[in-house]
Amino acid sequence: MRRWFKLPLVAMLLVVALPLAACGSDGSSTDNEPYKVGAVFAVTGFNSPLGTPEKQTVDMMVKQINDNGGINGHPLEVTVYDTKSDSPTCLIMAQKLIDDGVVAIIGPSGTGESLAIVDAVTAAQIPLVACAAGQGIVIPDSTKPNEPRYWVFSTPQFDVFAVTRLYQYMKDHGITRIATISDTGGFGKSGKAVLEDATRLASYGLTLTASETFDPVNDTSMQVQLSRIKNSSPDAVICWGTNPGPALVARDMKTLGMQTPLFCSHGIANKEFITVGGSAVNGVILPAGKLSVADQLPESDAQKQVLVQYKSDFESIYGTGSANGFGGYAYDALSIVVAALTKAGPDRAKVRDEIEKTTNFAGTAGIFNMSSTNHNGLQLDCFVMVKIVDGKWTWLQS
Amino acid sequence: MSWEQFVQYLMTGLTAGCIYALVGLGFTIVYAVTGIINFAQGEFVMLGGMISYELAVSAGMPLWPAVLLSVLIAAAVGALLYVLGIRPARKASLVSLIIITIGASILIRGVAGELWGKNPVRPPAFSGEEALQILGARIQPQAIWIIGATFVIMIILHVFFAYTMMGKALKASSVSRLGAGLVGIDTRMMALAGFCLAAMLGGIAGVITAPLTTTSYSMGAMLGVKGFVAAAIGGFKSQLAAVVGGIAIGIIESFVVAANWGPFTSNYKDAIALIVLLVILLVRSGRIASEERAS
Repeated sequence: MRRWFKLPLVAMLLVVALPLAACGSDGSSTDNEPYKVGAVFAVTGFNSPLGTPEKQTVDMMVKQINDNGGINGHPLEVTVYDTKSDSPTCLIMAQKLIDDGVVAIIGPSGTGESLAIVDAVTAAQIPLVACAAGQGIVIPDSTKPNEPRYWVFSTPQFDVFAVTRLYQYMKDHGITRIATISDTGGFGKSGKAVLEDATRLASYGLTLTASETFDPVNDTSMQVQLSRIKNSSPDAVICWGTNPGPALVARDMKTLGMQTPLFCSHGIANKEFITVGGSAVNGVILPAGKLSVADQLPESDAQKQVLVQYKSDFESIYGTGSANGFGGYAYDALSIVVAALTKAGPDRAKVRDEIEKTTNFAGTAGIFNMSSTNHNGLQLDCFVMVKIVDGKWTWLQS
Repeated sequence: MSWEQFVQYLMTGLTAGCIYALVGLGFTIVYAVTGIINFAQGEFVMLGGMISYELAVSAGMPLWPAVLLSVLIAAAVGALLYVLGIRPARKASLVSLIIITIGASILIRGVAGELWGKNPVRPPAFSGEEALQILGARIQPQAIWIIGATFVIMIILHVFFAYTMMGKALKASSVSRLGAGLVGIDTRMMALAGFCLAAMLGGIAGVITAPLTTTSYSMGAMLGVKGFVAAAIGGFKSQLAAVVGGIAIGIIESFVVAANWGPFTSNYKDAIALIVLLVILLVRSGRIASEERAS
């Protein structure tokens, strides 16, 4: 009922302009100088389903860390700026953070925004831990995967791990003819390139029967694309995109009476996919980070503790079912930066060196093992196969 | 292309087109009564959808009262937009008033994002989700609701403007505000009624389409563009042209995506409406300008 009372607020807020709450941090009254970290997230705009939980995660962690005495007695101060999901704005905000004198920057939320600021952070010699999945953020030249950008790191799992995991599953289950439908945003585009790579398809014995796309924001019916896929009679449909598009694909496959199994990407692994898709999404299989099935993991899993802890902390503040992988990327990024700050103190170059030395760090996205040749540090095992059964994420133990 | 596919594409396009038509109708009403192009029209669609979700799902109200209340709240926001935004600035030029509506749309979107979050939501469908077979095509029952509602609303609007005193008064204000005032019509009241009616139409479009298409705080912008183009086809004057225009855009989009020909894949689907808009502006700009001077 609480939200019900918010309705008249729409009217009221039309009268008084919306005061956009500034997101500063409460200055704890310690004698020690605060350690300043910057963050750029897409709190508004089309990437806001990513940026909002990222900012919420950072707000939560800053409070936790400072309540526990800060970093070596220094309070942690994180300035979060909104990129509005826009690359030029992101660059301006990153520049502002650099001028503010932060030691490191975390974020942005989207691959496009991240690519917009990699040169600026490199020029300013300030470490960046990106929360966006594009491999190009850390690896400028895809033919030289062992030469990452010196100042740039990232925490999300790469697409190629998800696709490899998925194709392995398909091979094990005798699927040979696949059709893809991907969104035209950054996530879908880079996924499509990995999915439809001829060598990769061949090595898993897969044939592509159809390749369709949809607009992630404005396509409200997928029936046209799906009719074409239906005509190509694949064994399986792979939908690569972020919500709500894939939920509509699942619904429209039911509308068209398609019996073909639907596989999706890790981009849908949050509760909106199930609330929007309803019963139509039952049976969908996807490679996902372990967060969605945290409570089903065995105690022996190295990530189990951090996943359960993060989930319960986040959901006790922001509501049941609210935790998702995007917030987790910010958790991992800030945790890695804080660990480096603890060892190195507020020195940009030393913090960078410490981030690069991150080993065996159990984060929400996986186990991080960074090095001078690997600025992401995750492996294939960061993904598990998950199936939606009766509206619940269910771990498919292999 | 088989017959079944053809019908499938046609029905998909018709459904999308009816959504654009409903948004376009809202544009024509506000324009007719006040001469303003209300760029916040798409936001009423968003409000209708989001509020119906909040009421029917978050607050647990029964579906039909929730739907009705959502439409009324959208209409009330439309009235507020006029009373607080447009009326105090009535001495300003038309361009300034149009800019006020753009500001209002940004404000409404921002408030909605703060209140209800950024994630897409979907209210329950009116009559289930079992696909129906029609001429070999399979469509959602909600799509029938959308198509049916568009035609019913078009007929009601026609009757309203042609046969009721209120409708005729609205029409008179649109023909000549001065003349209408001289014969005793309260033109300011008419402008308020126009905004209210347009917002109500937007709200109806929102509650009826959200179960099919999902909705989110930011969905009003692109729908506004599509509706704008639909309305522009009739020079913002003809409701019939707005409906025909909207449906035409929807069907063209559907077949362009289906043809997957050359550069016109679904990547560029939204460009179609904008290309149509460019053509209309080129063809009609002279006429619209001369009409402006005459009024």
